[in-house]
Amino acid sequence: MWFDILPSFWEGTKITIQLTLFSAVIAFFLAFLAGFGRLSKIKAIRFLAATYVEIFRGTSLFVQLFWIYFALPLLGIMLPKMLAGVLALSLNAGAYGSEIVRSTIISVPKGQTEAAIALNMTPWQRTWLVILPQALVMMLPAFGNLLIEMLKGTALVSLVTLADLTFVATVLNSSIMRPTEIFSVLLVIYFVISLPFTRGIRWIEHRLSGGRY
Amino acid sequence: MWSWDYTLLILPQILEALKITVSATFVAFAVALVGGLILTLARRSDFKPLSLFAQGFIEFVRSTPLLVQLYFIFYVLPEHGLSLSPFIAGVIGLGLHYSTYLSEVYRGGIESIPPGQWEAAKALNFTPLETWRKIILPQSIPPVIPVMGNYLITMFKETPVLSAITLVEIMQTAKMLGSHSFRYLEAFTIVGVLFLVLSYSSSLMVRRLEVRLNLR
Amino acid sequence: MSVPLKVIYNEESTKSIGNDLRKVAVQPIVNYSNISKSYGDLQVLRNIDLDIAPGEKVALIGPSGSGKTTLARLLMTLEEPTSGTIEVDGEMLWHQKTNGKLVKANEKHLHKVRGNIGMVFQHFNLFPHMTILRNVMEAPRNVLGLSKEEAMERAVTMLKQVGLANKIDVYPAQLSGGQKQRVAIARALVMRPKVMIFDEPTSALDPELVGEVLEVIKAIAAEGEMAMLLITHEMDFARDVADRILFFDQGRIIEQGPPKRIFNNPESERLQTFLSRFNRH
Repeated sequence: MWFDILPSFWEGTKITIQLTLFSAVIAFFLAFLAGFGRLSKIKAIRFLAATYVEIFRGTSLFVQLFWIYFALPLLGIMLPKMLAGVLALSLNAGAYGSEIVRSTIISVPKGQTEAAIALNMTPWQRTWLVILPQALVMMLPAFGNLLIEMLKGTALVSLVTLADLTFVATVLNSSIMRPTEIFSVLLVIYFVISLPFTRGIRWIEHRLSGGRY
Repeated sequence: MWSWDYTLLILPQILEALKITVSATFVAFAVALVGGLILTLARRSDFKPLSLFAQGFIEFVRSTPLLVQLYFIFYVLPEHGLSLSPFIAGVIGLGLHYSTYLSEVYRGGIESIPPGQWEAAKALNFTPLETWRKIILPQSIPPVIPVMGNYLITMFKETPVLSAITLVEIMQTAKMLGSHSFRYLEAFTIVGVLFLVLSYSSSLMVRRLEVRLNLR
Repeated sequence: MSVPLKVIYNEESTKSIGNDLRKVAVQPIVNYSNISKSYGDLQVLRNIDLDIAPGEKVALIGPSGSGKTTLARLLMTLEEPTSGTIEVDGEMLWHQKTNGKLVKANEKHLHKVRGNIGMVFQHFNLFPHMTILRNVMEAPRNVLGLSKEEAMERAVTMLKQVGLANKIDVYPAQLSGGQKQRVAIARALVMRPKVMIFDEPTSALDPELVGEVLEVIKAIAAEGEMAMLLITHEMDFARDVADRILFFDQGRIIEQGPPKRIFNNPESERLQTFLSRFNRH
């Protein structure tokens, strides 16, 4: 009885995973851009980055998604559902990610920067060779959690009728009315998808800090 | 494009719906506070099955979307005899989801208590209940209040998800207004601005609270 | 109340090497000219004038907060002077000439002049994510532009000199404090600076590890070519290694002179009080 609903979920799963991965890549990039932006010596850049972060952390993903999908068209920008979904997810996660980047970079001890200066490294070399490698190890667990949050966030796109896992489930439910099985399976599928992400991050963490700390 | 007249027209309705949003937030937060504490204590229990169940529950709920959990509570439970209103289903779902996050916060607070405190309690022959009530909890809770405050704000921002199980909060109101007049721009922007203003000012208050608690 | 500098200067102390050099017109390797540094209302350095000769070993002693570390950090560009100028090997450090005008130096200029200075820190500041070898090789490769082979050769030689050649693939976390500091010395030395700053190099070490680090520094001093700025509380060590001792208090140089005179015949009351705490014989 359980097995016959599984094939319908496959298409939805593909969309969900695609959404998560595309958004993750863009969000990672945005996180570094905004994270470094907030640490910039130039006031204008700091302000821009801070504004982006405050807006996207201060409103919920739901609101952002709906705004991009329903309100932007009225300003002339019509985006296909997939793009709207990826955009909302990335912008949202990028804002949270920028906090991760910023706080880990700040937490690298000042002595490290001073030692790099004493060795006459250029500002870029100090960041790339000394600070960033140390900050990166600290960023990983937090980014891992962010990735899980993004996976969960993809479910919201079902509300703008993008055919992800959750959408497929709700459509299926309205036609065959077997909520117990459908939603239980749905929960389990999400959990199963999240497992490689959590385990994967833990493994990378382990490898990068092996023996050094 | 943008009409200020229309904006002023719909504003009262949206603010009216804000009451639902805010009350849902606080009730769900209360559920999360209680649920989180129960989960933390269950995890720390010496009774292995309980501890493992709590851990599994936390990991499962944290790895799956709130929306799907809400669908589960709202559509699946009635099949088994428990039919809940959108508001109740919503606050239970939201509350349970965040109780898993708050249990981590409680755990952090409790684990930051030096072992010496536990030892002193034992030496003074306190019962486990007294130890928790009089020594551990009073020390572990104040430091985590700012973090809890931030979760309250987060939950507030999550309330629109409850519209998916037909709770009429501000997002749903905005959608309905928008679909009547085909003007979504003003409605959603108002909602966005409301969230932004309320959550930003709340986070400033939480930060101030943090400073005051640290100065103690 | 501070004692004006000229009262301290008697016949013997004016024979400090810096002043001799002025007579024979050898350019000092470091010149501090009317240097002051304040943090808001707190003034840490007051109108310091100081010359260091090439190859001279200068020890800075004095109570905590007297400004000696700040003086060194200004040279290493870790802090910016509030007023005054610093010259390194004849070139201004914090200022540059643009279109004939003296302006604050940009990063490019700082980078150029900074290459003459090296520093060893009290808390080592080794890079935890790199092996010992890489710690020492990294700057020669990236800053001096040496090839991997050249950088490695230099690094290994340096590590041999400080007695840690057998630990090159080890990470800093696996070393003792004394070993870490020796690596830090190798890392700074491999850049061949003209002036090396040692900021309380043994203050963070367990007593039994202090000796091995001091031995390494003494050996380096004996080689002769590099000027050294030694901030230290190890008075015996300062007496052995230094050509000149500078006594700092409350942001000023109270007294200076050769170790023999400073330790045996301190003139100012403050120096006498300071030295009495070390139970010198």
